[in-house]
Parts: sequence; structure tokens; C-alpha cells
Amino acid sequence: MKIHEYQAKELFKDYEIKIPEGYICKNKDEILKIYKTLNDEVVLKVQVHAGGRGKVGGVKLVKSEQEVIEFADRFLGKGFQTAQTENEEFIVNKILVEKVSQINSESYIALLVDGSNQSVNIIVSPEGGMDIEEVASQYPESILTLPINIITGPTDFQIRKINSFLRYEQIYYVQLRKIIRNLYKLYLNKDCSLIEINPLIQNNSGEIIALDAKITFDEDALFRQNSVQGLRDLSQENLVEIQTAKLGIKYIQLQGTVGCIVNGAGLAMATMDVINGSGLKPANFLDIGGGADEHKVSEAMSAVLSDQNVEVVLINLFGGILRCDVAARGFLVALDKYNKKAPELIIRMLGTNSDEGKKILSKSRYNISFAENLNEISEILITKR
Amino acid sequence: MALRIDSNTKVIVQGITGKEGGFHALKCEEYGTQIVAGVTPGKGGQLFNNSIPVFNSVYEAKDKTDADTSLIFVPAPFAPDAILESIDSGIETVICITEGVPVNEMIKIYKVAKDHGVTLIGPNCPGVINPLEKCKIGIMPGDIFMPGNVGVVSRSGTLTYEAVDQLSKRGIGQSLCIGIGGDPVVGTSFIDVLDYFISDDLTEYIVFIGEIGGIKEQEAAEFLKSINNTKPIAALIVGASAPKGKRMGHAGAVISGEYGKAESKINSLKDAGCHIIPHPGKIAEIVEKIINF
Repeated sequence: MKIHEYQAKELFKDYEIKIPEGYICKNKDEILKIYKTLNDEVVLKVQVHAGGRGKVGGVKLVKSEQEVIEFADRFLGKGFQTAQTENEEFIVNKILVEKVSQINSESYIALLVDGSNQSVNIIVSPEGGMDIEEVASQYPESILTLPINIITGPTDFQIRKINSFLRYEQIYYVQLRKIIRNLYKLYLNKDCSLIEINPLIQNNSGEIIALDAKITFDEDALFRQNSVQGLRDLSQENLVEIQTAKLGIKYIQLQGTVGCIVNGAGLAMATMDVINGSGLKPANFLDIGGGADEHKVSEAMSAVLSDQNVEVVLINLFGGILRCDVAARGFLVALDKYNKKAPELIIRMLGTNSDEGKKILSKSRYNISFAENLNEISEILITKR
Repeated sequence: MALRIDSNTKVIVQGITGKEGGFHALKCEEYGTQIVAGVTPGKGGQLFNNSIPVFNSVYEAKDKTDADTSLIFVPAPFAPDAILESIDSGIETVICITEGVPVNEMIKIYKVAKDHGVTLIGPNCPGVINPLEKCKIGIMPGDIFMPGNVGVVSRSGTLTYEAVDQLSKRGIGQSLCIGIGGDPVVGTSFIDVLDYFISDDLTEYIVFIGEIGGIKEQEAAEFLKSINNTKPIAALIVGASAPKGKRMGHAGAVISGEYGKAESKINSLKDAGCHIIPHPGKIAEIVEKIINF
């Protein structure tokens, strides 16, 4: 689960990690008021669940009321896209207004779980302020990754190593130690899946400050994190994704024309690859999840049908606990309710009661092609190009 | 690593009185597995399905039945404790099917399992099946498997079934199939399973199914190179068409940087001598080619 930068910074404040003086604003008047009290120069930052804001003008140093007004008019209440948003639009409801910081150095620091060493890892680089992916490909030697032992937490010797790797003078060690220890506490206490500060700066007064902040949370731990659930901003999420998630369906909307309904995440990804391999693009990822009943299956179909771009719906089911006849009835419920012309269906069903499922569907009034395996799905898809 | 399960394996099912636990306990038994007991705290003394004794604790169940393996279905908030109880009771192999266990819990449990020398498979996995010995400890549909000499390892459940279905339809049987689970932190790695398959005389060919996200597939490739493996491996990586940064169902499948991409994984595996399966529909076709080569 993602949150906004200003929310992440509030959490940093709770954990005594220094952040720039800043105020979150919902309209132009609020921004102007803050601008006047902070004087001369401020940094304005749009608050959206998307990275790469700076490159498209969403982060700006402004020096006059006129510039403040222009920024607010350009972004507030409007859709926002960056290179990382894959054509999705995020509405800007809030703008963070911050006092300008003097920057002496910019570093990168992140905490995240790496499955290869079954630990939380701390990743640092003295090359802050640019995309970490870019740093990784251009200057791999300037990235340091240290696993944190779950029993000891980050140790002093590790922090000394980080201090020198970031080219910080000795005097910064005590400050850095506090930051790293507190970030780690925050990571565990709130069940984060990522904390990233880019850049972490040293200012003129010898302070280390988190100039930016990004936190994501482990969705599987939300059941025990009530305060984190309260940080959710539904205006930044896809409505259909939220509704289906409530039923245990994992749906992610994409940009293609072939809707798909699959059980199991791995098979769903493989099915998307099959669609791509046929020269078409998937309209979504959808994993129905375990223990699906007629209602759940019908809601999954409705979610796929709600996407205007869908021209063909591909169903790929491996019946186990999920009985194919039950699934077939669920699909028909959703199709019968759909008030536009139903798209063409390609159906592959295997496993429990699959013959019955196919029979139910073939008797319906919809345009259906049946496939026995993934290769046959490919062949049918190729004819739809 | 005690990855081998067979007709002598005695299994207790934690969460047997739940809907999924009960359903699958019977399916496993039907396939041929020795399900010797169930555990549900507070429901000890009952007989599940008029045949399987239910105990209040794993200690009691192990003491009365001499079980060596546990299969876990309890809901995610209680699954970590269920795994720890099994480990503490002296169970040798713990297979956790439960989906949605917090990652930070798994980091701790992974350490405990390692310290006790316990084999933990999962969580969020389909389990293990040995078609040669008619032993199934998991949720896979038993009827698609057939005995043979191909070992299958995958992060995904239904994709394992897809692979096996293709193999069996071409008359190619399996020696052992293991789903290691889709979460970022799981008890058994690709390397553990590959190491087992390579030393297992009953496994002559290996099907390896990876997916985007993390660097587990690259590490497996490094391992294969380091031991100069000669056993033929057919490898498939799925998720090439997934967009960056989105969680494709499996929490571990978020692409993070270059390493998470399908292309990087495919190159590493190719470099390690694996036969790359170019399309999810061609798994068995490639294996057949390798066998007939």
C-alpha cells in the first residue's frame, strides 16, 4: 500500500528523523498564505502516488506569488502523469509547501526486504537525487547493500561503514546512527515493505535531513496495522481494483484490449505472456484467488467488462477447489447483466467439472471459442489481431 | 534438507477443522498420503471425518502418532505461530499453504527454522507431491500427475499444474513436484530444490519455472554454474509482459530494477546451460525434445 510523501514525512517526524519545515495545502489560498509566512522562496510538491514528479514539473522552486498561482492552477484538481505511471492519471488533491533547504550533499538510503537473503536490507549510495535504477546501471560500485540481522538490528559497525561509504565526516556518525536505527524501528513497527529517502541531504547547519520520503506497506500485514490503514488515499487508487480486492480478487488494470480471467498468479502472468506473444496486449492482470464461488466469479467478469478497451475476454481456469461449472454460471450472470454488446470470449477450462462448465457456456447466446491448451489460445488470439 | 516425502511420511494437518484444511486433508488421503492426525486448538478429542483424530496441540499429535511432517492451513494471522509450534514440537518438515503471512514475521520464522534444522516449504505455496510413492502434501489436483523421472519446481501453484498437465498429456511423468511459494521470504529456495533434484537418482530431468521480481532465478543460475551441473534443465520465466512496480498477485513479483526483469533471468539461466522454454504453451514440447535428444 502506498502513501503520500507528506504522510511519510509525518511518520519520519514521529521517529525523530529530520524533515524540512513544510505544510500540506488543499487549495490556492492555503498555499499563498504559507508562501507569505515562509517568505521569498518555497518548494511546491504535488502529492500523488507516483514517482518521477520532478521531471514533469510537479516539484518546483517558486519565488513569487505569481509562480505560486501558476503552479496551483496548473496542477490542483487535475490529472497528473509521469514517466513511471504507464498512462495512468493521478489526481492532485494536495500540494506540499516546503521551506527551501541548503544542500551540501545528496545521498540515497532505502530499507527493503530482499528474498535472496531473507532479511531487511539497507541500501545506500552517495549519488543521491537521481533515479536509483540509473545509478545501479551507470555506477554499480556506488551502491552498498547490507543485510540487517533480525536479532541484532543495524549494528554500529555497519553504520560506520555506511557513514564512510556516503563520504560523511566522522562527526555525522551519531546523527546517521540515530536515523538508521529509527528508520529500521519504523520499518518493523509499521510493517513497511519499502522506506526510501532520495535525497537524504546534509545542509549548511550540519544536519542530515530527509528531503524526500517514500514508504510502502506490506498489504499482508495491514490486518494488524490500523493506523496505517487510516493513511490510505483511495483517490489515488483504481476504483475497480479496490472493489475486487475486497472479494479477494487481484485485479490490475493495464492498457491492452484482451481482458483475462485466470486462477493463480503464476498462470495469470503466463496467460498475459501468451497474449503478448500473439501480438496483442492484455487489458488487465486478474487472479480470481482461492475458494471462488459464483458471486466472486461474476464480479471478476464484471470488473473485466467495466474496462472500455476490452475487445476480447480470455478465460483460463485450472479447476481445483474452484469448480468449472460454478465458474461458468458466474460468468453468465455477469454477461447477462452487462448492458452493452458482450465481447467475444475465448475459454479454456481444465480440471474439476470442466466438461460441464464448457457445456453450460456453449449453450449460451454468447460468441465463444473454446481452446484446449495455451497453444490453441495463441492460435485463436492471432486471428483477432 | 528433508525435501523427500514418500509413502512412509506421516502427516498432521494444522487447521483440519477449517473448510480448506478439511477438504484438502481428505484429498491428500484419497491420493494415498498418510494423514495421521489433525490439530485445532480447543477441538481436541474429536474425530475428523470419523477417522482422523484431532488434537489440541502439535506436541500431543506428534506424541500420539509419531508424525514427522505438518501441513498448515490456519489463517494468516495465526500461521506464524502454527509454524513455530511445529518446529518446537520436533516436526522435521513443515509445509505452509497459507497465503498472506506478513513478510516481517517470515524473516523471524525463517531464522528459527534454520536454527532447528527444520525444512520449511512456503508459505503461500501449493505443497509437494511425489507421484512415484503416491504421496501428496498440498493442494494440487492429484489426478493430473503421473509417475516418472521429471522433477518440477516453481514459485507458482497453477503454473505448476499447467506444466504437469502438459507433461502428463505427452506421457512424461514426474518424480517430485515442489511449489516453493510466491512470497518474498519463503523457507525453501530454488537452490535447495535444485540441489535435491540434482543428487536424486529418480530425477533425470528438471523443469524450472521462475517469474519476474527479485533475483532468486539468477542465484539459482549461479548455483548451477558453480556445481557444473549436467542434469538437463528446461526453464520458463513468466511475467515478461507485466508492467514495472505493480504487484502481480505474488508479493515477490514486483519488478525491482534490471534484475527483476524476465530478460535478465532468462539470460542468466541460458548462461548456466538451461534450455529456455520460449512460450508457456511449450513446456512439455521442450522437455520431450531434451529427452529424445
